[in-house]
Parts: sequence; C-alpha cells; structure tokens
Amino acid sequence: MTNQSLPAIKFDKVSRHFGEVRAVDEADLEIRDGEFFSMLGPSGSGKTTCLRMIAGFDRPTSGHIFLYGQDVSNLPPYERDVNTVFQDYALFPHMTVAENIAYGLMVKNIAKPERVKRVDEMLELVQLSGFGGRKPSQLSGGQRQRVALARALVNHPKVLLLDEPLGALDLKLRQQMQVELKAIQKRVGITFIFVTHDQEEALTMSDRIALFNKGKIEQIGAPSEIYEHPASIFVANFVGTSNLVSGEVAKRITGADITFSVRPEKIHLGSVAENPPSDSYTTDGIVRDVVYLGLYTRYQVELDGGGDLVVVEQNLKTTSMDVLKIKDQRVRLYWNKEHISKMGA
Amino acid sequence: MPSKAYSGQNASWGLKIAAFAGLLFLHMPILIIFLYTLTPDETTYTFPLPGITFKWFGITLQRVDFWRAVTLSLQVAAIATVAALILGTLAAAAVYRSKFFGREAVSFLLVLPIALPGIVTGIALRTAIGSFDIDFSFWTIIIGHATFCVVVVYNNVLARFRRMQGSLIEASMDLGANSFQTFRYVVFPNIATALLAGGMLAFALSFDEVIVTTFTAGQQTTLPIWIFSQLSRPRDRPVTNVAAMFVMLITFLPIFFAQRISASSSDTDGETK
Amino acid sequence: MFQRISTYLYLRPKLVLWLLLGPPMLYMFVVYLGSLFNLLIYSFYSLEPFSGTIVREFTLSTFARTLEPANLEIFTRTTLMAAAVTAVDALIAFPLAYYIARFASPRLKTWLIIGVTMPLWSSYLVRVYAWKLILAKEGILSWFINLLGLQGVLDWILSNESIGGSSLALSPLGMFIVFAYIWLPYMIIPIQTALERVPHSLVEASSDLGAKPLQTFGTVILPLAFPGVVAGSIFTFSLTLGDFIIPLSLGNSKLFVGQAVYSYQGTAGDIPLAAAMTMGPVVIMIVYLLIARRLGAFDAL
Repeated sequence: MTNQSLPAIKFDKVSRHFGEVRAVDEADLEIRDGEFFSMLGPSGSGKTTCLRMIAGFDRPTSGHIFLYGQDVSNLPPYERDVNTVFQDYALFPHMTVAENIAYGLMVKNIAKPERVKRVDEMLELVQLSGFGGRKPSQLSGGQRQRVALARALVNHPKVLLLDEPLGALDLKLRQQMQVELKAIQKRVGITFIFVTHDQEEALTMSDRIALFNKGKIEQIGAPSEIYEHPASIFVANFVGTSNLVSGEVAKRITGADITFSVRPEKIHLGSVAENPPSDSYTTDGIVRDVVYLGLYTRYQVELDGGGDLVVVEQNLKTTSMDVLKIKDQRVRLYWNKEHISKMGA
Repeated sequence: MPSKAYSGQNASWGLKIAAFAGLLFLHMPILIIFLYTLTPDETTYTFPLPGITFKWFGITLQRVDFWRAVTLSLQVAAIATVAALILGTLAAAAVYRSKFFGREAVSFLLVLPIALPGIVTGIALRTAIGSFDIDFSFWTIIIGHATFCVVVVYNNVLARFRRMQGSLIEASMDLGANSFQTFRYVVFPNIATALLAGGMLAFALSFDEVIVTTFTAGQQTTLPIWIFSQLSRPRDRPVTNVAAMFVMLITFLPIFFAQRISASSSDTDGETK
Repeated sequence: MFQRISTYLYLRPKLVLWLLLGPPMLYMFVVYLGSLFNLLIYSFYSLEPFSGTIVREFTLSTFARTLEPANLEIFTRTTLMAAAVTAVDALIAFPLAYYIARFASPRLKTWLIIGVTMPLWSSYLVRVYAWKLILAKEGILSWFINLLGLQGVLDWILSNESIGGSSLALSPLGMFIVFAYIWLPYMIIPIQTALERVPHSLVEASSDLGAKPLQTFGTVILPLAFPGVVAGSIFTFSLTLGDFIIPLSLGNSKLFVGQAVYSYQGTAGDIPLAAAMTMGPVVIMIVYLLIARRLGAFDAL
C-alpha cells in the first residue's frame, strides 16, 4: 500500500527544455496523497509537459520526479504505477471496450477469470455495463471518455493523470462529467492529477490547484485561496475577472504605493449619500456602462481621479429597468479592506 | 465522406462524355487482349477475329518455358516483397517516430528509383554489378527489384502511421506494455492492412517489371522478359496472348485487393473520428 | 528479458532511430546511390575503339560524343516526343480529373479512382502489347478506320516521313499514342489531387461575385489546379525520356534515348557512352524538377 506520509508526486527543480524553449523551468511541486490536484494554465504554459513527465512519455532535462518517494525520472511509462486518461481518449480502435479495459491486466499476465471480473466491476463503476462487446467507434464521446477512465482505473494506479479529458465534450455533458469524476475519485481514493485550461473546471473540482505560466508555477493553493488571494497579476487575470489597480489611483484609494487587485463582486455600489463602514476602502465615480446579464449586472465605473473599476452585483431585487437607470449617475464604491490582494510593488 | 471540392451538382454532358471517354481509353486495350486469346489466327492480328477457339489455353499451359518464367517471376516477386516489407516498414517507423534532420531526404531517396527513368536504375545497377565481377543471377534480379519496391511499402505504412492516433502507443505503454508488447498488440494490428496492401503492390510491381530486369538478369527469363522477347521477335503470337492475359490476371488480383483494403480501412477510420 | 531490452532502448531514442533507419538507408546508399555514382564515374571513362576495352581514365571525350549530331538528334527527338505526350495527356486527363474531383458522388468516386490507378500498377508490358494488337496493320484500329471510310486519310498520314511508317504499329505516331496511353494515369492523379484542394466555397464565391462558369473555371479553378498539371508532367516527361520498351516494340530505325542507351551498352558494349547518354535524361529531369518546384508542383505530388 502507499505510504500516507509521503507526497504522491514530488518535483525537485524539474526542468524540461526543447532546444531553446524552456517548457518547464525549475518547477518544485508536492502533490498530496489522495487529493484532486489540478494543473491550470494557458496552452504552452508547461502543464501538459509536467503531466507527460509524470507519466513517463517525456523525461526532465534536469531535476527529479518522485512517486511516493521513489525517483521515477528515468523509468519508462510501463514501469510506473501511474495511468493516464488521454485528451483524445486513445482507445485502441481494433479492440472492444472490454478488451480495451482489460489491456493493462493482459500485458501483466493476470489470469483471465480475474480479468473478466475486474473489467465488469469497472464497467459498472463508469455505468457502462453491457457495453463490453462494442467497438470504441460505436460509442458516443461521453461513453468513450468513461471507457478511457475505466481502462486507466482498472490497474489501480497510485496516481491517475487526466489530460484535459473533458475538452471534447459539450457543456451539459461536461458539467455532468465534472460531478461524476469527482464522485469516482472520492470512491476509489486515488490521487487525481487533472490538467486543464478551464479555470472554472479547476475551481469546481480541485482540492488544490497549481497555476502555470510560461514554464513556471505562479501559485499553488486551494481554489478559494487562489481566487481570493491571487499571488500575481497573471493569476488575478487568469482566474476569474479582476480589477487591477496601481499607481496614482491605488495611492489615492489606499494611501500606499502598491498594486492590488479586487474582485468585481466584492465591490459595493451605492449612492453618494451612503456612509461606508470604517474598515473599507472607498472611491466615487460615474457609471459609464451597464450590461444586464440576467443573474447579475456588470457596471463600468469611471473614477473621479481617472481609471475605472468593474463592479458586478447580483440582481436580487432589481430588474433590467432599474439597473439601466443608474447609467451616467454618480455612485460611491466601497469594499472591505480584506478583499484586496497586494501584488508586491 | 464528401470531399470539400465535391460540389454535389451534375456535370455537363460534354464533361461526362470526355471523362468516360478517358476512362474507356484506359481500359479498353486490356479487354482486347482477352478477345485475342480466342483467335484461331496464328500469324497476324486480323480483326474481326476469323473465328473462335480455346485451344491456345491448353497449348500455352503445356509450354515448359512459359511455366519456368512464371515460377521464376513468382519467386523473385515473393523474395523482393519480403525485403521491401522489412526495409520499407523500418524506414516508415523511423520517419514517423522522430523528427530528425533529413527525413525529407529519406523520402526523396526512397522515391528516386521510381521517379528516375527505369533505364537509369537498370544501367547503373548493371554497371555496378559488372564492375564488381558479380555474376548476374536470381539474386541480382532481386537486388534490383527491392530498390523500387521499398518505396511502395514505405508510402503505405507511413500513411497508416500518420492516420493512427499518436497517443495509442503512449496509451499502451502507459498501461504497462513494454515496447515489444506494444508493437505486438497495438502497432501491428493497426498497420497490418497497410503491410498487406503495400506488400501486394510491391509483389505486383516486381512481378511485372521488365526495364530494370533486362539489365540485372543473366540467363534467367522472368515472365515479362519472356513476353518482351515474344514482342520484339513475334513468334507464336497466340501463346503470347494467353501469357499476357495470365500476367494481367495475376497482377490484377493483388492490386484490386490492395486498393479495396486501403479504401475500406480509411472508411473505418472515418467512423472513429 | 524483453522488458530489459525494451527499457534499454526506450531510454535511448537515438539508438532506436539508427536501428530502424540503418538497414534501409544502408541498402539505398550502398546499392542504389553507389550504383548511380559508379555510373557517373563510368561516363567519364572512354572506350578504346579498336580493342573494345574500357579505358579507366578521366576524360570528357565520351561526353563530347553524346553531343555529336546523331546523338543530339536523338535527344531532340526524345524531348519533343516527351513534350507532345505530356501536352496531350494533360488535355485528356483534365476532364476526367475534374469530373472525379467535383462531380462524382463519393461512391462513384472510389470506383473511378480505382479505375484510374489500376492500370498504373498493372502490367506495363502487357498494355504495350495490347496496343501492338490494336495498331497492327490488319488490327482493330485499321478495321475501324476502314469502317469509317478513312483509309485514305490514314495512308496519307503514314506517308508523312516524320511521323509515319509502314503501319501504325511501326511508326512514331503509333509510339506517341502508346506513350500517351501508358502514362495517362500519372497525369490524372496529381491533377485530381490538386482539384480536390480547391474548396467548393471558392467556386461559389467566384460565381457569387458575378463570374460566369467559364470565367470561374479560367480564373479560379485552372490556376489552382496548375501545380497538379506540372506535377503530373514530371512523370509523363521523365518516363517518356527514359523508356526503351515502346521504341523497341513500335519504333523504326530512328532511335530514342532509352533505346540508344540500351543498344550502346548491349550490342556495342560501350558502357561509358551509355552512361554518358543516361546523364542526358537525368540532367533534363533535374532542370525540370527545379522548375516544377518553383511552380509549386511538389505540394501536389
């Protein structure tokens, strides 16, 4: 069994260079046993290269990767207790669903009765009982995805890698699969490492998230931590939308020479007559643009001393007629001091 | 799968007639040979045929020189095909799996024997074999045939590799299969039909080759050389007619099946996407 | 055991590359390129005219012999034939390729493509032989011409010294027909490939902008298909240049390059001259390929 005290995956100054390009640059990382860990970032940020190095398809140019304490940096994929769900599923087209799932057991010479039993269990787990005899070409996208998942899980890997597995599915199916994946992970208790460029997906599913940018890890933390306290401008912009304030404007609001971000939904929009609480920052401005989005309304406010802020308010009681009246009105904005994240100098 | 150039419209009559006239031009001559196998006329090619007879089939089948030529050609084609399968598949795998400097050069080098006029390959091989004092034999014929058969297998297998999902090999290794198991259970089943198609085309190409063979053969007479000698010195014409039909049929079948295999395997590929 | 070898190789992708590439490249380099190079060297040797032995010393005299009027005439004749065959093949191939690419239903198209490629692979020699039957003096074509009452026209054409002969089966005109027939598929396939790449939306855009069908054809389709024509012409041109079977079977005493090479090395035993003569088609083809590449034909191959 796996040792609970050791991290499932540990990166020790791992770099991967392709010629001049530093796809991954001195990354340090620890992924805990049993957690649902997401690697989030734009394409080309190095997250997929990290995943491929954990799987063994690629090897680090320098540094070491440990799987439960064992240095696997130079082991081929077939000698690592790690399995992958591929972005394009990579189901073997010449085999049936059952043969696909049994593949890992077959190459390890596990006896046939045992194989059949475990394949059946897996088909049940992914709700595809009775589909064992079909060919992958006879399945829908969502079904193929489940087969790919079953094929990886049947081997009881120490870590399961998922490379943008929901990318090819439509929105409804995607949301359904997010819930299912999370439930399956809870049930099997295996460490999941999930690569995605979709921040919403990462926020919904993960225990912790690593944010990748240009081969470096910008921030690692729980979704709430990353959302509420982004460590850098990149994180603030990539995860959700943010107001970035710096220079003169920031100085006028906070009295200090800093750059900070504040989430649009944290800002309260009120009339100039309102008196904000003492533990808040405040500033006045004129509403220049109002976009009614049903669930909420987005306001763009031009601040008195220059600069602008985006504010989002839920339409709890207001209607579209109400919010549109605010256009070109003077308003007072304020928010709790705890809701800003300082970006350093 | 409709192509993007496909308009779905009807062609004008002029275009249809021109198109099918072109197709007819391609195929009609072959049918005429079949017709002439039935002629009772021994010395000329009179048309319309003066009558109909089936006796030439029997006569041809009793000719020892004909059978010797057929046997030799089959042996040469079989061995050249095996050589082409091995060399072509290795080259295709190398070009597919890695982006190395000069992979264009590899393709170019392999295509050269069929892109340059056959006589260049032929005389080059003959001169080289001659200058090393090697005797012209069964094996020199095969050496010549292998040079231009490799590219057929190479093209077929490489095309299949490129159509295969790249992640299949990674998936297999990820699931615990080593390189040999991956080849046996994943790569081979996926390229098998391409090997079959490429092999059949190579076989047909070798079975039929005459230009390079005239330069690399010694006293050996392959079936095409036998026919060629009949062609320039027209002795017993009716026997040549039957032999020609025989060659047509023996090359037609592998080519036809190779085409069908390629067509049907690309159909199923379309489904999985 | 296998596991160990597999892992050893997996960690050394360069070694695997050499293991895969080694055998085919060794074969092609040693056997094929080696022979070609050897041939090039021979073209700089000469033949001692009295003893008939090969003098293995560097000389340009053999190349000088290829430029003698008789040989120059052979080059000109062959090049003209290749050019004529290429032009006529392009004309015959275009409608068929156009029909396959633009009008044939997917099912019909599969069959048409098989129909076009089959002859490409099937016996070259037998197809030449078939034309010997067709073109023979008493053969099917003469019978047909007679039926149409055009015997006089045929006789008149055959009496023309530059293209005629005793019968169609022994005349440059006959050779021309057979060449055009034999290499036709090589022209159809690249043109069809090029036409496949012309999206139908482009044609619609052109007509939407007010072009009549013929204008669209001339201004949109033809220019885009032209690289395909050039690609096809590489084959028809090269193959005609180097062929000796068709001139030997259907020609008269006027030699073609392939035929000359064949007889120089065979009956005359003059390998240096034969080698130098083959450099003719090789040089012409290299120039042709360079031009073709500039015209973008390589993408259509």
